[in-house]
Amino acid sequence: MNRDSESKYKGFEADRSKYPQMEKDKPVIDLESQKFIKTWQGPQHPGVTGNMSVELIINGDEIVDAKTHVGYLHRGFEKLMERRRYIQCFPIVCRICVPEPDTNEYCVSAAMEDLAGIVVPEKALWLRTLNLEMSRVGSFLMWLGGQAGSLGMGAIGQWTIGMRDFWLDLFEEMTGGRVYHMYMIPGGVRKDLPEGFRDRTRELIVRTRALLFDIEKTFFNNAIVKARLKGLGVISPEMVTEYGIVGPSARASGIEDDIRINNPYGKYAELDMKMITSDVGDAYARAEVRYQELHQSLDLISQIMDKMPEGGKIQAKLPNVLHWKIPAGQTYVKAESTRGEHGFYMVSDGTKYPRRVFARGASYTHAISVLEKLAVNISISDLAALMVSLHTCPPEIER
Amino acid sequence: MKNILKRLNEKIDDLVVVKQRDDLYFIKVKREHTDFILRYLKLDENFKHLDFMQAVDYIENNQFQLTYMLYNYEIKINLGINVMIDREKAEMDSMHRIWPHLWQYQREIHEMYGINFPGSPRVDESFVLEGWEEMPPMRRDFDTLEYSKRTFYPRPGRSTNDPKEYMKEKLYHDFAKSPKIRRDDE
Repeated sequence: MNRDSESKYKGFEADRSKYPQMEKDKPVIDLESQKFIKTWQGPQHPGVTGNMSVELIINGDEIVDAKTHVGYLHRGFEKLMERRRYIQCFPIVCRICVPEPDTNEYCVSAAMEDLAGIVVPEKALWLRTLNLEMSRVGSFLMWLGGQAGSLGMGAIGQWTIGMRDFWLDLFEEMTGGRVYHMYMIPGGVRKDLPEGFRDRTRELIVRTRALLFDIEKTFFNNAIVKARLKGLGVISPEMVTEYGIVGPSARASGIEDDIRINNPYGKYAELDMKMITSDVGDAYARAEVRYQELHQSLDLISQIMDKMPEGGKIQAKLPNVLHWKIPAGQTYVKAESTRGEHGFYMVSDGTKYPRRVFARGASYTHAISVLEKLAVNISISDLAALMVSLHTCPPEIER
Repeated sequence: MKNILKRLNEKIDDLVVVKQRDDLYFIKVKREHTDFILRYLKLDENFKHLDFMQAVDYIENNQFQLTYMLYNYEIKINLGINVMIDREKAEMDSMHRIWPHLWQYQREIHEMYGINFPGSPRVDESFVLEGWEEMPPMRRDFDTLEYSKRTFYPRPGRSTNDPKEYMKEKLYHDFAKSPKIRRDDE
């Protein structure tokens, strides 16, 4: 994608000639002067899946200062895991992100395998890759509905959430759970595919593509969407490295960073895929990149269905997991979620319990440092669209 | 990566390198070298992306381990930098000038582990624990059970069962007689 846009890497710049007065590039904010209003966006609002609030200072309808507040979803997962045996961590980690729990399961399994030196069977790697891609489709559909909903197009949200439900049906067949799957465990996966699963998946891919065709017409070709998203929240390539921006948000600014391609895991190295990037960097470019990646995920699922062998072992032999001691060491395992790099840092001290487990989610910087920077100077009505375009998921900020 | 480690070894003495995977290395550096090493790796060796910064409590050695995880887009390798600091006087130099988003991690570690980062922006603001007055909860010596007993109280009408007895009584009373579940690979 290369839009010849006058706003390339340059966002909207407000006229600061009158007020607020600027001192060292920062507005002088005096709430007593009655020119500013302090207001809160959230914790419940359409901008994100979860609870998070942004403390705003507005001047007219323009945001002059923003500060993110989290803490509404802190469940102390990392502390809990320090008191759980390794296998008992699995019902916990998937709850770190509701729309896309499988990336957490994969990262924790892979971290334990890395520390314990377990080799995963071929078929299990295929099933993991399939599971991860299906969860990406579900999460992208949810995002697409949110992005449309934040611009007042509620119908598209209903279409995509409806379609996501059919994907959840497939998850239920595959794993037994709709939202939280607990499918991947150290050494492999819990179950093989049920009979007829491949045909049903292929059928659903066709139906999803038909829906996306409609959405392309109504959303991406919509003049209002273009007018509101183009030039909104522009991220430059320099900002990507300085602020730790990852995933589609980084790729929409021209940084070629996709973990599935750069550091392949599962069976991604055997699949045919190419990096999707844009060099515009605004909210519309991020939407376009994500939309193409949704198609890419559907394509990858088709490829997996064709290439995955029928039979084979799905579990490596593990010791008794209730008394499982993992050798001392530390590791970091990462995977590409729909929001970007999702990783787990795990430290083992050789006992039955992990010494430290840290979940690194993409939203950690996107929703705090980046959002606080990008929200300044935009209209308050565009804030929800900006938050969705950064694809924020608050539970992974506070874990 | 070998060349990078070789050049790094020339700059500082006693560099401890652990190779975890082909795309993941850990090095252990002294606290006073951290600022120099991070700047050098970012500016000269292209480790431009900071994945995260976190702390681990080694209470038995009276130390905290800080980990900075860097990534190089070109050679596609992660490099973790481990720094040990004293647990009693838990303080570390702030690195927020190297990566502008690092203050967030420092604020979280300050709240969760009580490690101080003098000069880090907004380090004293609360992150997720608004109004918390106990000791930093991620420290190993924070007693969660004692805290729960002190803070929460049994509600009237609720009863508690011993899990082992309860399972025996209600659910699995014939468990010993049930056929053994076998896995495919057994």
